[in-house]
Order: sequence, then structure tokens, then C-alpha cells
Amino acid sequence: MKFLFDSDTWQEIYGSIRKNKARTVITIIGVLWGIFLLVVLLGAARGMENGFKKLFGNFATNSVFVWTQRTDTPFKGFQEGRRFKLNMNDIKALKSEYGDKIKFLAPRNQTNNLLVHNFKSGDFKVSGDYPVLDKIQKKKLIYGRFINQNDILSYAKVTVISEDMYKQLFDKGVIPIGEYIKINSINYKVIGVYGPSQGIDLDGDTAYIPFSTFKRVYNTANNIDWMVITADENTNIKQLESDVKLTLKSLHKVHPEDNRAFGSFNLGVEFAKFTDFLIGMQFLTWFVGIATLIAGVFAIGNILLITVKERTKEIGIRRALGATPKSIRQQIILESVFLTTVAGMLGIIFGGTILFFIDLATSSNEDIPLVNPTVNIPIIFIAFTTLIVLGTLIGLIPAHMATVVKPIEALREE
Amino acid sequence: MIKIEKLHKSYPIGKDSLHVLKGIDLHIKEGEFVSIMGSSGSGKSTLLNIVGLLDVHDEGNYFLNGQLIKELNEKKAAILRNKFLGFVFQSFNLISYKTALENVALPLYYKGMNRKERLKIALDYLEKVGLKDWANHLPNELSGGQKQRVAIARALVTKPKVVLADEPTGALDSTTTDSVMDLLKDINDEGMTVFVITHEEEVAEQTKRIVRLKDGVIISDEYTKAAKAV
Repeated sequence: MKFLFDSDTWQEIYGSIRKNKARTVITIIGVLWGIFLLVVLLGAARGMENGFKKLFGNFATNSVFVWTQRTDTPFKGFQEGRRFKLNMNDIKALKSEYGDKIKFLAPRNQTNNLLVHNFKSGDFKVSGDYPVLDKIQKKKLIYGRFINQNDILSYAKVTVISEDMYKQLFDKGVIPIGEYIKINSINYKVIGVYGPSQGIDLDGDTAYIPFSTFKRVYNTANNIDWMVITADENTNIKQLESDVKLTLKSLHKVHPEDNRAFGSFNLGVEFAKFTDFLIGMQFLTWFVGIATLIAGVFAIGNILLITVKERTKEIGIRRALGATPKSIRQQIILESVFLTTVAGMLGIIFGGTILFFIDLATSSNEDIPLVNPTVNIPIIFIAFTTLIVLGTLIGLIPAHMATVVKPIEALREE
Repeated sequence: MIKIEKLHKSYPIGKDSLHVLKGIDLHIKEGEFVSIMGSSGSGKSTLLNIVGLLDVHDEGNYFLNGQLIKELNEKKAAILRNKFLGFVFQSFNLISYKTALENVALPLYYKGMNRKERLKIALDYLEKVGLKDWANHLPNELSGGQKQRVAIARALVTKPKVVLADEPTGALDSTTTDSVMDLLKDINDEGMTVFVITHEEEVAEQTKRIVRLKDGVIISDEYTKAAKAV
């Protein structure tokens, strides 16, 4: 390894590279292009991933929404087309049966009401919720806080509204916390204002009030409109969905084969589709990038091979002057590695620059799902190492060719 | 210095083989100035290549500086070449993208000498061949005679035991031929063994011993007037 740090080694390499300018440039372009593509593609793929992640925002994606519809099969004396409602007993039953698989379980009741504050008013959705909703979809609070357990226990008449609602109902500059707004002619104290959610928005502009308060005010008894189930990370959400439905069917005397009684939307499955797409794209990126890299490295090998042929005589002279085959090999391999390294670095720099400009061009445009197109340093490092290893391996071929010729034959070459 | 006993060498040509050297016996002592004469095809270049460790012989013994040369791998051969032998070629064989100075310094590089030191020594040798002012010129900026002098400086720079010159004047006109031969004579006068291959009678006559080769055998081996004059 000592020869690596010998200035003479580099002097020799510099000499031979300077002599073969055309070769050097072509070689560098070959590899540069490969790593450039890899960097740009990986960056774009990452940007897209980030874009999708932004689309799903702060939502717990391993979730399924379940509500009731009409039955489509007669069962246990009930006719088809029966309407029924989910209730708190279902929640209890699900919690006890799937407690280890369910991370969050949020029963929800919703309605639309007129909201009034002083002389301003607006028609908005009102939702009775538990604090757990904030865990399923993180609310970005601008003022105050979200509903807590105390609010639930004390049937507090408090509400958390969106920023848009705040703007519509309040004068500019008024701090809304502690102010009262009327929902369905009942006064609620505003305890929080949340900003627009990034990506998926479950409810839109909604006034959140404690679930217990909702139950009492709207007289919903034990019934609930629908529920959000967030599964544990290791749980198959699709399986959980069908399990939960089966349990609910038995609880509500619905035929096990009934396909209409329970409606659901499985966010986890939809998200998995995107994830699969991204994985596919990343695989493609790696495949294309690495294939291009290999092509580039082969180009280096090819060109080195040609130059070795061209330099047969020079190598012969060097050997007559006492160059050992090892030193000749070292020099050629080092040339190969040096060229690939320089080309690789340039490729990474160019790729990075292009990504920077892509980011600059797309960051202001919300329609393009490309956020922060970057490439991980470890990935670059791996690609770079691969490049150097390949450069070494491919350099072995011309290096071998250079020394396999007897010096006498090399000298005879004209 | 160089001792050759019953040396045989043949080259395969297709299915047949060409027997080039047919039992050469030659003993060159230290400080001798020997020329090998012979028409083309006489085997003189083959002999030089074997002596120069650029090629291997088939049969017989070859002692270089008392060391039996046998089953030499490339690495050992390279080290021995670097240590004992200096080459001067007909076509100069300078490396075109290196300056005269760098060309002269190259054998020292393979010897493992640092750059500063070897450039200093190389410059001394260039001065010796009268080309100090041309040190930073590339070979294509030099005349044939100058190139050959650079090549001689390069051959000498490692202080070898033997300088092997393969038709050193073959590409030169008569004036430059004389100057190159004078240089070789000077080197020999300093005690260096010089081994020249040539087909020019005038060149051979300037050496001290002429070995004539024909069809792979030595037909005569005699000392010249130049030798007797000393």
C-alpha cells in the first residue's frame, strides 16, 4: 500500500493520463454518466417517496375506517336491508379481543351544525372525539390544545376548531382561546385551533368536541357513526380488517358472508400500494443505475485495454529499465481506479447539482409530488465503493495483458 | 562478468522451430568493450536479448556477474536488469511524453529512489553526455544523436555492470555515429563493460574485441587494433 502514498506513483499516473487525454476524457465521461444517472434517479425516487409521504402526512397509515350500511343477506330472523348502528359495546369487545393488535381505536360521531360567534357564523362539521384521534392524525395546533381525558370525563363544553374556521368566525387579531362559540345554540369554549393538515385530511374543517359531550348534546346514546382502527406496526391491517368485521358481524347478528353490512376503507392497503410502487421504482433505479455504472466501468476497462496495447512498447521499455511486472500492474490498476474515482466524484457532484436544481424548480410547485430529492450519503458511499472495486477488478484485465507480453516482444512492437 | 557456455536457443515457428543459437561459448570479462558482428539472422540480437535477460535460453549456462541465470521469473529478471544492465537501443526507446531528464531518471524510479535525488543524479549523467541544457526537452525536440546520448545516460544512471547496446548507431549518420561511439569508448575507459551489437564494420573496429557470429555459431573472436593500441 506504500506505493499509494508515493508521489512518484502519482507522477507516473499523471504523466500517462496527460499523455492520453482523449482516452481519459472518454473514460471519465463513461463512468461519470453512470454515477450521474444513479444519483439523479435515486434522488428523484427519494423525492417522489418524500412527496407521497407528504401526501399521507401525519396520518397513521396502518389504519382502517369502519362504518355500517344495510345488510344484504337475511340472517337469524332479520330480513335483508336492515339498518343498524355501531355502538360502544363493539368498541369494548374489539378492544378486549384485539387489544394486542390494535394500537388506537377511535369511535366517532359526526354531524353538521351552524357555528356562531358574535355576528359571524358558518356551517361546519361537528365531531365528537376522544383524545386518541390526535394520535391517529396529529393535529398541528396553532393555539391551545386538543381535547383531553378530563374534557371527556367532565362532559366539558369545549371545542377545537380549524384555522379556517377561526378566520371565518373571529375578527383579525383576536386570540380565540377562552372565547365562546355557539354550536347548535349551545356555548362552547374554544380551547384550541389547529392548522391545515399536510396530505390526507380526514375531516376537513371540523369543530372537535369531547365524545361524551357529543353523546349528551346530540342524544346519541351508545351509538357511534364509525370508527378508526389503527393497527400495531407488525399487524397485517388487511387481516385485522376482516377479523374485526367478522367479530362485528357476530355482535350485530349479521350473516358472516354479508358483504354490504359493513363498509370500510383500508388506508393501510392503499398506502402499501404506494409503498410497493416506490419499492419497485427504487429497484428500477438501482438496476438502471448500476447497469449504467457497470457499462461505464467496462468502458474504462476497454479503453485501458486499448491504451495498454498502444503502450506495449512503452511498457517494454519500462521493463527493460527494471520495472517489475508488479509495478506495471500497480500502475495500470491505479490508473483505472484513479480514473473511476475522479469520474465518480464528478458524477456525484453533477448529479447533486442537478438534484439541487430539480428541487429548486419543483419545490414551489405543489402539483409535482417531488419533495426534497436527495440521496443518502451511505448510498453514495456504497456506490462509490462499488465503483472503486469495479475499477480495480476491471483494471486487472489490462494490467494482466500488459505484463503477459514478454519485454522483448513488447520492445519489438512498432 | 558475462560467461556463456554452450548456449542454445530456438524459436518456434508454426510446427517447426528455428534454431537460432547453436551452442555459443563466450566469456566477457569486466571492463571489456566487445562488439558482436553479424549479418541479420545471425542470432546476434537473440544473444543480446538473452544476455540482457529480456529472453530466456533453452540450453546451456549463463552466468551474469557470477550468478547462474536459470528459471528467472519476471520479477527477478526485472530487478537484475535494473541492477546490472543498462540498455541502449537502435530506436532509442525513449518515453515520448517524458522529458530527457525524466527519461534518464526512470530506471532510478524503479530502483525506488526518491524523486529529488534521482533527478539530481539524472542531471549529472545528462551533463556527462553533454545534454544538460536539453534536460527539459521532450524526445521529439531532440536530434537522433542527442536522443541516443539521452538513452546512454539512461543506461548508465543506475551504474550498471554492463551496458548492452543493440545497434546503437543504426539510426544515426556517420558524424553522430562517431560521437556516440566516442561516448561509449569514454564509458569503457572508465571501467564499464560495454557490449555492442552491430553490423557496421567501422563501428565494430572502434571496440576492443570483435565476436563474429554466423548462423548461430561464433566464427571468430579477436581483439582489434584499438585494443592492442592500449
